[in-house]
Amino acid sequence: MNLPVAGYGGGSTKKAGGHTNKLACKSKRYVVFMSNISVRFKDVLSRGEKLFIPYIMAGDPDIALTEKVIYRLEESGADIIELGIPFSDPMADGPTIQAASERALKNDVTLSDVLALLARVRTKSSIPIILMGYYNPIFFYGAERFAVDAKRAGADGLIVVDLPPDEVDELKPFTDKEGIDIIFLAAPTSTDERLKLIASKSSGFVYYVSVTGVTGARSTLAAAIQHKSELIKSYMEIPVGIGFGISTPAHVTELCRSFDAVIVGSAIVRFLEDISSEDKLLDDVGNFVKELKSATKVN
Amino acid sequence: MEEMKARLSDMPDERGHFNEFGGKYVAETLMPALIELEAAYTHYKNDKEFNDELDYYLKEYVGRETPLFFARRLTDYLGGAKIYLKREDLNHTGAHKVNNTIGQVLLAKKMGKKRVIAETGAGQHGVATATAAAMFGIECEVFMGTEDIRRQALNVFRMKLLASKVTPVESGTNTLKDAMNEALRNWTATVENTFYVIGTVAGPHPYPAMVRDFQSVIGNETKRQIMAIEGRLPDYLVACIGGGSNAMGLFYPFKDDAGVRMIGVEAAGLGLDTGKHSASICAGKVGVLHGNKTYLLQDKNGQIQTTHSISAGLDYPGVGPEHSYFHEMKRAQYVSATDEEALSGFKVLTEEEGIIPALESSHAIAHVMKMAPKLPKDTIIVVNLSGRGDKDIYTVADIMGVTL
Repeated sequence: MNLPVAGYGGGSTKKAGGHTNKLACKSKRYVVFMSNISVRFKDVLSRGEKLFIPYIMAGDPDIALTEKVIYRLEESGADIIELGIPFSDPMADGPTIQAASERALKNDVTLSDVLALLARVRTKSSIPIILMGYYNPIFFYGAERFAVDAKRAGADGLIVVDLPPDEVDELKPFTDKEGIDIIFLAAPTSTDERLKLIASKSSGFVYYVSVTGVTGARSTLAAAIQHKSELIKSYMEIPVGIGFGISTPAHVTELCRSFDAVIVGSAIVRFLEDISSEDKLLDDVGNFVKELKSATKVN
Repeated sequence: MEEMKARLSDMPDERGHFNEFGGKYVAETLMPALIELEAAYTHYKNDKEFNDELDYYLKEYVGRETPLFFARRLTDYLGGAKIYLKREDLNHTGAHKVNNTIGQVLLAKKMGKKRVIAETGAGQHGVATATAAAMFGIECEVFMGTEDIRRQALNVFRMKLLASKVTPVESGTNTLKDAMNEALRNWTATVENTFYVIGTVAGPHPYPAMVRDFQSVIGNETKRQIMAIEGRLPDYLVACIGGGSNAMGLFYPFKDDAGVRMIGVEAAGLGLDTGKHSASICAGKVGVLHGNKTYLLQDKNGQIQTTHSISAGLDYPGVGPEHSYFHEMKRAQYVSATDEEALSGFKVLTEEEGIIPALESSHAIAHVMKMAPKLPKDTIIVVNLSGRGDKDIYTVADIMGVTL
């Protein structure tokens, strides 16, 4: 592990209230409060593993089942969970997640429903959860109100696909105040200047997009990824996860050589497309996640 | 008024915002492309050679300038203000869209891009992009909702004849917004060699400003022409609004002329209270879609709503951010016309002036029919006749119960 962050060397734990411990790390001059996401990265990486982060869409196909899937993801080894907020116009998503969004919206799943689900999950689980979605539902809800309510519900991080660092100042002061990490995407097209900007605004980790394209499971990975990882990491003082297009344990193993976390979305969401029985679905998802998680332990 | 003029002149700001509207709300993958485009556009818009070349194509290929025609019989019929028609319907390909596509495809060529993509609703922007691509010898793919493909079969065939690929989009409402989603997805995957030709004054910065600038030829000509004919500026400018490119093209050159009132006419579909319309400013709320913050039709949870208009070109849940800004600054007034009113505008212009207007432009005519009779005879109205109605003949025949 090689993480040049002030707080990463360890420190004292204290109960900070809420659903999980907050770790306060004393560096030479400051006290750095580590978010639940940063703590989870530190813990898992210190075991010599990389993090496995599954993505599912909240309310796909309904909220009750999403809650069960979340617990199964955690039991099966997920280190952090990304929970999608449905949106009518998911411009950065491929067909699988578009369809998941449509299934959720067919049941009129709202941002309030997603936050209520999260609050229920928090009565049983403290796994770090990142909300991921598009900006309009959040803007419509109200940026400040969203930050307060998301924190109260138990959100640890936030990814807003269409809110790049250039526009985030209308949201970030509120999420910063609540202690919610904002995770930005870095792309294969990002220039050095962009990577610097992304690094300066991100907290928790940086999400590197493996492909120049939208989300969706792919059978092969782009050849340039490993090469690019060193460049990305050279700009980042926080961990770097990778997502988009990853669908097999072999992909995970390969990417864990260079990245701190692997995010898998569409390949998991595909299980929800055609559900014959709930038990079978949970078992299938659980087994798949176990396979993917064990692929993070090879190093 | 002086204060308003100063504030209206400096938009967008360096971040691409028109006050709270506009911006660059896109995924990171596209950000570098937008920055590259902004740099290229900023360079070429002040480049004499580029502008000479653009002027050449607008004159010799598009057929500009277009006439500013005094609609004498329509004026008499309505019995009030003098009505002039800015004849954008006479452009090559039949609408104002080509002003912008010639500009953008020329820019794409200068930037060394090998391929252009576009979204289209009515098919006019798709045809205009396919046309420019054919003329400049560049590969072109157009994304179009399956619902629009059905109601605009003629334009689909035109694009194919022009050697463009037309990709049907079957998602969401199968109309313009979904075509734009798919074009953005395609651009995300092909951004390194592809130029996205957006057809209206919307999308992420620099598109709203760039499309406005390319379309401003409409207002610049109108200004010269009306001064030559009437010796003064018009009292009203009227144009239909979907995304708002023909309206912004007419309005923008007049924005500092305080005496010139601007009216944008949105599509009220079956009526603003029916939920089946496309009137984003009149009946929407501020939100973020397709890279910009602007007025949008959305439900109480911030999901984008389905829209309706008899004219595919106005069937879009958003509007260009500069129109939202003009609305906020009260520089322009935004009203609406229903499907039925538009059809009546279509009929009257056809019968009184021998000009078959596009159903989009018919909305502007419909509003002129409401306002002109109440105005004095020395009042001057310029209405943008943004496109011709040939593409809508099947739709109109269908409504009239005629089988062609």
